Formats: sequence, structure tokens, C-alpha cells
Amino acid sequence: MNALALYGRYVVASLRAQAQYPTATLMLILGQCAATSIEILGVYALFSRFGSVGGWKFGEAALFYALVNITFSLADLLTRGFEVFGTDFVRTGAFDRVLLRPRAAALQLAGYEVRLSRLGRMMQAVAVLVIATRLAPIHWDAATVAMALWAITGGVAMFCGILVLQATMAFWTVESLEVANVLTYGGVQAAQYPLNIYATWFRRLLTFGVPLACVAYYPVLVILNRPDPLGAPDWLLPFTPLAGFAFLTLSFLAWRAGMARYASTGS
Amino acid sequence: MSQILVEALAKTYRVAERAPGLSGALSGLVRRRWREVHALAGVSFSLEAGELLAFIGPNGAGKSTTVKILSGILRPTSGRVEVGGLVPYEDRIRHVARIGVVFGQRSQLWWDLPVLDGFDLLADIYRVEPARYRKRRDELVSMLRLEPLLAQPVRQLSLGQRMRAEFAAALLHDPQILFLDEPTIGLDAPSKLAVREFVRRLNREQGVTVLLTTHDMHDVEALAERVIVIGHGRVLTDSPFASLRSGVFAERRLHVDFAGPAPEITMPGVTVRSRDEGSLELAFNPADIPAPQLIAAITAQHAVDDIHVDEVAIEEVIARFYDLHDAREA
Repeated sequence: MNALALYGRYVVASLRAQAQYPTATLMLILGQCAATSIEILGVYALFSRFGSVGGWKFGEAALFYALVNITFSLADLLTRGFEVFGTDFVRTGAFDRVLLRPRAAALQLAGYEVRLSRLGRMMQAVAVLVIATRLAPIHWDAATVAMALWAITGGVAMFCGILVLQATMAFWTVESLEVANVLTYGGVQAAQYPLNIYATWFRRLLTFGVPLACVAYYPVLVILNRPDPLGAPDWLLPFTPLAGFAFLTLSFLAWRAGMARYASTGS
Repeated sequence: MSQILVEALAKTYRVAERAPGLSGALSGLVRRRWREVHALAGVSFSLEAGELLAFIGPNGAGKSTTVKILSGILRPTSGRVEVGGLVPYEDRIRHVARIGVVFGQRSQLWWDLPVLDGFDLLADIYRVEPARYRKRRDELVSMLRLEPLLAQPVRQLSLGQRMRAEFAAALLHDPQILFLDEPTIGLDAPSKLAVREFVRRLNREQGVTVLLTTHDMHDVEALAERVIVIGHGRVLTDSPFASLRSGVFAERRLHVDFAGPAPEITMPGVTVRSRDEGSLELAFNPADIPAPQLIAAITAQHAVDDIHVDEVAIEEVIARFYDLHDAREA
């Protein structure tokens, strides 16, 4: 059975396990939906007070918000094994069991648990997307839908890359890895707003360091058919989600170095 | 050629030392002091296909490190390992596809899934063809009497039931080599017996090579022809089980219940280990005085109700062996 088919089997197994506790799973989904909905209220409060921020109206900001939240909820759904890698695998020794199976460790971790509760964030993000479509001048046609899907794919790769890096750190330290949350949850918060409202150094960080702008801000410019207020060339914008894949590739190189270290230290 | 070959295996860990308390934690962040721990300091042995070897030693002696290296999880500091022609840590995925591992302390099944679902998933992980998988699974299910458990989620199984399921899970891909790491730990007596019986059948009938680590000497007594005792990262002895016992502890015990009060016994080569009102426990060495001669001498002088000869408990043999080699955990 090839890796993708096996991944499918892991997903089914994980869903069956969660189906053992149907009420709890449903409550978790609704809870996530409610908790993450608070954030769009914050964005709304800001725009209703000031009318527009950095030349953007609420409807457009809602599109940034919706896209990055859909992206993150998907990535969050897929990477539970990496998120809890340090605490549930390395510290407990369960990682040894992973290594005893004739499959790539990363594949087994990716298939570890698909958390349905993460659909809560996606539900509210899709609702915000509907609102954005009504308020902002967005024309959904084949090209803009394709751009949105392409941006989401690149964004999922980038967030997965952050989680892989977080897991990789566990090879070196068993200390708490809350620092990675700055990049994930903090990154989502940052990417919910258009890039041009931020200071220059922060814009550079989000473009070249952790390339959140490449998978959220620039693709949304394409969808809204707006030139970059900061002057990035129009032709370049549709290619920016590639940065997400580059980030994921680099993360996996670090992961491999971590695996080699684990084999020589065992903890 | 040997199926498992281990030569001059050494493994040194670097352990960060840290002063206790908050200040220790803080200075540890800045400047770490390292201490070297030699978990293995030159272990060599080889194992032929179909052998059953018990690997014993006190806690911290290097047993788990050896098993981890043999199963491809750890890379040794130096030395050579080959299992079935592969170097485990160089070729992890091909290697682990050919071995089975059971940890007594750790489950490899999915807690919330029915046993059968876990088996199905493992068959896909190990790329076992469906027809072969069904045949092998049915065989293991009947050997381990798993039929009534297949539909139950793993979390609902007792420890004994779970260990039977763990054995099946480790063998679905039909490995020719099986590593067992304390497989009977925490089990009740009937479950221990069932595990030993199963391992014996697997070894004798199917020719599976077994390497067992355990602290339960009854596992060793029941299963292993050959025992390696490891201490301080070295092989202390590699011998048939019987000669381990006789080499360390030739002594035997004689329990005597007297019709009247227990008398004083003074004979060369015989010591009184314990006495109570009407009985004695004597220690003797059969090389100095054979059991029949000792019994005859006692029954000739005293009225005796009951008498039986015992070997020294195996735990005592091993504890004595560790003491002789100064191998007890510090």
C-alpha cells in the first residue's frame, strides 16, 4: 500500500476513534467555532470604529481573515502528531514504537490524529468568507477560485512547516515549546490583517522569514484584483504561494537532521 | 552465517549535569556540564536462526540499549551489528519490516480502536498481502484465543488480554526474529504461563529466533536454553542456563520435618540455614556430600516425618551472580 493510501487508512482509523465519543467531538467542534469567532468580532470592531484601515474596508479585511483561517484550520487538522511530538512521543518513548514500523516517521505522525474539533475554526471562517463576498467587490470565477485554492494549498504547506519545525525542536530540548505558538496562532492573527498596515521590518519578516504574506496577503490582492500598495510587481503575485512549499521543504531538512540526532542520543 | 551478529558494541551517552534548584537550572542554560555514561562498553555475541536467548541483567546494565540498537532505533558509538545481513540503524525501514518487537510496558495497538481494526491497519503498514494477512491473522487468533476480543476497543482489555493481542500485532507480518522486552511484566500467573507457552511454540514449531529481556527468572527458566548476563555494559557470561546455575551456586537445600524437636546437626559441608520447632532447612553442596548420603545419615539418627530437596531459587542465583560481579545497580 502506498504512502497516500496508508495515510487515508490512518485518517479513517482516527475518525473511527473519535466516533467512539460522538457528543464530546460535536461539543469540541462547536466550542472551537465559538472561541475562534471572537476574533472576527475584534476585526469588525476595529473597522466600525475607524471606517477603513490602511485603505482597506471591512469586507476586504474579512477576505484576508477568512482565507488565512481556512488555511490554518486545515493545517491544524493535519498536524496533531507534530504538535504533540515532544510531549506525547519523545518524552514518553512512544517515538520508539513509531521507528519500529517500516514507514517514514513523518507519515506516521501526520496520520496520528485528525482532529475533527478543528472544523470549528473552518466553519466560522467559511461563514466570514460568505460575508466578505457580499460586502467586497470579489468576483468568484474559475481564475479567482483557483487562486484561492492555490493560496490555501501553499498556506497549509507553510503552517505544516512551522509545526514540523516545532516537532524538530523536541529532538534537542524537552522544555516547553510554547514559542512555536507565536508563529502559528500569532501568525494567523498577523495574517488576518492586510500587510501594508504593518511596520517595514515586520512586513519583511512575514514575506521572507516566515512567508505568511506569500500565502495570504499577495494571493488575496490577486483575488481582489488590486495592485500591491507596496509596489510588488503584479506578475509575481500569483507565484507567491510557492514560498509555502519552500518553507515546508526546509522544515523537513531540519527534521531529518533531528532524526539523525535522535538515533545517536536516544532522547 | 549467524542471524544476529554483534561485535564490540559500545554506546556512550552524554548526559547534561545540572545543579539542583532554580539557580542550577539557570546556569545550566548558559554553560552545560556533560558527563559521559558508558551504557555499553564492548558487547559481543552472535545468535543462530531458531535460537532462543534470554538477556538478563540488573536495571541500567545496558539491556534496553542493546535491544534498541538491534531494532534500529539507536546508532551505536562504535562496534558492528548485523541482523539478517542488514545493519539495523543504516537501513531502518527494511530492517524493521523483518522483525517483530513486543514491549511489556508499551502498547503498539490503537487505544480507541477495536483490536481487529488495529490488526488491519498494521497489515497495511507492513504491506502484508490481503490473502497472506488473513491466513496469518486467523492462525494467530486461534493460537492466542483472541476471537472473543477482536471487536473490543483495546482500552477495554485487561493487561493479560492486551498482551495476547500485542503478540499477534507483532507477528502479523510473519517476522523470523522476535525481540521481547519484559513481555510478562505485571501479568497474573495464568497469563504469564500463556505467554511463555506461546513463545515456546513460536520458537520450536515455527523456528522464530527469539531474544528476550526480562527480570522474571521464571521466564528464563521456562524458555531459554542460553542466557547472556549483562552488567556495566559488558557481557558477564554467555552460557547454557543449567551451567549458569551450577557454576554460580552449586548449593542445594534440604528441608526436614522431624517427629520430635529439631536436633543439632553437625556434619562437614552442611550448614543450618534456618530452624523452627520441629524442622530444619539445611544447605549442602552435592559435590561434598550427595543428597542420598545426607538423607540416609539424618534418617539413621532421627525420626523424620517429611523430607525434600530444593534447588536454590533462581532469583537468589542471579542476585548472587550480580554480587560476585559487583554488577548491582549503584
